[in-house]
Amino acid sequence: LIFEGNPTMADAKRPLSPHLQVYRWGPHMLVSILHRATGDGLAFAGGALLVWGLIAAASGPAAYGLFVAVMTSKIGYLVMFGLSFAFFQHLCSGLRHLHMDTGAGYELGLNRKLALATMICSTLLTVLLWAVVLL
Amino acid sequence: MSMRSNIGRVRGLGSAKTGTHHWWMQRVTAIGMALLGVWLIVSLASGVAADLTRLTAWIGNPVVAILLILFCATLFYHVRLGLQVVVEDYIHSEGLKVAALVGITFACVLGTVACLFSILKIAFGA
Repeated sequence: LIFEGNPTMADAKRPLSPHLQVYRWGPHMLVSILHRATGDGLAFAGGALLVWGLIAAASGPAAYGLFVAVMTSKIGYLVMFGLSFAFFQHLCSGLRHLHMDTGAGYELGLNRKLALATMICSTLLTVLLWAVVLL
Repeated sequence: MSMRSNIGRVRGLGSAKTGTHHWWMQRVTAIGMALLGVWLIVSLASGVAADLTRLTAWIGNPVVAILLILFCATLFYHVRLGLQVVVEDYIHSEGLKVAALVGITFACVLGTVACLFSILKIAFGA
């Protein structure tokens, strides 16, 4: 209010609160944005493929045959691999969030460890899943 | 200074009882997705969707059809809640934001109905 009627001061560059660029990059930040990225990927790609697969299956052998052919192509396997990692990362990160919702796990050391644990667990689960599928 | 009473000023601005509803539903659907998602991905890994014969036989099992319906309904509810937060965080133009939210809602309802109808058609035809 004290700047009202004083254009030079009102137009002056005002200080901003610290934002992303001032913080040292850490695993908790990566896991946080990964949760959103994997969620978006699962929602759009996963949701679309779920709907396509089920409608194709309900439509008949020709439609489902096309769906299976696309999903078992090289790109199809790449998409399924990506979606499986996204699923496990979103799952592990989501469980971490449920844990943090109880007010737990905000200590710097533990927070860092659990953030790293979500990435290690999701990687291991993805490898395990594809080992079971392909071997 | 306003002469209006406290209750008069807040009346019509919305209930004070549903502020945490979105937060709670996101968590409740998350727990549902964790359980149903693991069930589905393990099932898919065992090859139940590899061809139409196996998929039809699988969905023909009532327990599978019921769990699959629950999965799809919970998934699109969870997607609706999650994408809403993303839109609210990144889209600041009011018109574009409302349009995106309505579009996401329509897409999620459409996805749910498409999945449910397909599952039921396969299950009843099996």
